[in-house]
Amino acid sequence: MTEINPLLWFGLTLGGILLVVIWVLLSLAFLLLADRKIWAGVQMRKGPNVVGPFGLLQSFADFGKFVLKEIIIPAGADKVIFLLAPLISLVLGFIGWAVVPFAPGWVVSNLNVGILYLLAMSSLGVYGIIMGGWASNSKYPFLGALRSAAQMVSYEVSIGLIIITVILLAGSMNLSTIVEHQAGWIWNWNVFGGGLKNIVLLPVMVIAMGMFYISALAETNRPPFDLPEAESELVAGYQVEYSSTPYLLFMVAEYSNIVLMCAMISVLFFGGWNPGFPIDFTAGWPPFLVNFLLALVFYAKIVFWFFMFAMAKAIVPRYRYDQLMRLGWKVFLPMSLVLVALVAGWRVFSPVAG
Amino acid sequence: MALQAIAFYLLAFVTVAAGLLVVSAKNPVHSVLFLITAFFSAAGLFVLLGAEFLAMLLIVVYVGAVAVLFLFVVMMLDIDFEALRDGFAQYLPIGGLVAGVLTIEMIMVAVSVATNGKASANALPNASPGGFSNTEAIGRVLYTDYVFFFQAAGLVLLVAMIGAIVLTLRHKPGVKRQDIGKQVARTPKTGMELVQIKPGEGISE
Repeated sequence: MTEINPLLWFGLTLGGILLVVIWVLLSLAFLLLADRKIWAGVQMRKGPNVVGPFGLLQSFADFGKFVLKEIIIPAGADKVIFLLAPLISLVLGFIGWAVVPFAPGWVVSNLNVGILYLLAMSSLGVYGIIMGGWASNSKYPFLGALRSAAQMVSYEVSIGLIIITVILLAGSMNLSTIVEHQAGWIWNWNVFGGGLKNIVLLPVMVIAMGMFYISALAETNRPPFDLPEAESELVAGYQVEYSSTPYLLFMVAEYSNIVLMCAMISVLFFGGWNPGFPIDFTAGWPPFLVNFLLALVFYAKIVFWFFMFAMAKAIVPRYRYDQLMRLGWKVFLPMSLVLVALVAGWRVFSPVAG
Repeated sequence: MALQAIAFYLLAFVTVAAGLLVVSAKNPVHSVLFLITAFFSAAGLFVLLGAEFLAMLLIVVYVGAVAVLFLFVVMMLDIDFEALRDGFAQYLPIGGLVAGVLTIEMIMVAVSVATNGKASANALPNASPGGFSNTEAIGRVLYTDYVFFFQAAGLVLLVAMIGAIVLTLRHKPGVKRQDIGKQVARTPKTGMELVQIKPGEGISE
């Protein structure tokens, strides 16, 4: 690290960042289409099917339309903050990908406190929404922003506590270390307790995983928790006054956050790049090929979890606001505290130490 | 090292400038946003020192939770800015005096620490003593030497929280609340009643 030429390091990091951003953007284009297709499929519609074969190019057509339209700024809006809000959302939506390990060694920044960094960046996401809602100088966006602020702050608490159970199991906050900890057979994944000797923790970790999934839905304002943009009550919530490119930025940021949450579930509970069986037989293979295959495994897990997010959107009816708060503070918070106590107790007092 | 120096001066400048703008901004919402900028660049300074755990905690706790609630409250307040500025000239001398005393104290502390404090002995404070990462190092100190203070601080916060809840929690009579257990346990037997109505009489309660 000390010997490497700073200019070379700069170039390599910049290249890595560009690669990740392009990968995420391209994936988003098709995942967005998948989201609409799944939603349509559940409702027995066809979904977008005009642009390109099976509608594959729909997202690109939408992109062109968004960019070419006029940006309308409402009179009385706080112009700077109004335009800053979607930019902040976009940056925060992408900045979290910096610590996500795609394969052994394939990570932009191998931070020691990677998991805390992810938590911090997802907790900052609320600013884009609350700033956009306030700067619009209009009632519906403001109500949406206030709802969203309360909702995201509430569910961060349970997300943080559930993450602690994973940190206790892996003994590290470094995401690469957490993934390596789950190498080998499928029962080494954290959702199964992280190894056969910890199999007692299986029910605890399955509950933790379920709660993390639900909290992730709430944290990213996805249905059934999409109260900030509940169209039947608030038209479109904080996005009412946004048009063209700023709206596009909001939407890209939202989907980037969703996919990031899918990646987080895969890394924390489902072994990240580990396919679920020992990969010793790849010892003689070229390392690039092995890494590429492992990255594909990770990608498959992300897509699976995105499918689960899309299904939740299609199937589950929207929560009422007081029920949402009740679930966050009166159900998830005490339950996740108990889970942390159980995992910590097992780690300290278990007969099979370690 | 040059890169670090550039990063330091950039972050330090942003922190100080944002701090100045917090007090000089006309709109209180802008003030809170500048406060958030100041927090954020302070976290960047922590990272430069090698204290990444503290930096992340600063962002999660202050920026992610506390400042959101600030913003939440300030946005909903309807503040009369003219009324706020009324006593400005009257309070200027005493405010300036307090600020001056604080500035002199800070300069004295900083100079004495830099010249004959611990900081002069080793130019940079050790962010990872004994080969531990600083997360582990903080944990080892916090749960051994300072466990009493740590727990006491937690209790103080708990008491404050309970106090706030006790002050605001009111059960008004006549307010209908949702009891999910009750709803789920409801059956046709408990939920409805079959009544035979004779013509011309209606139902008597």
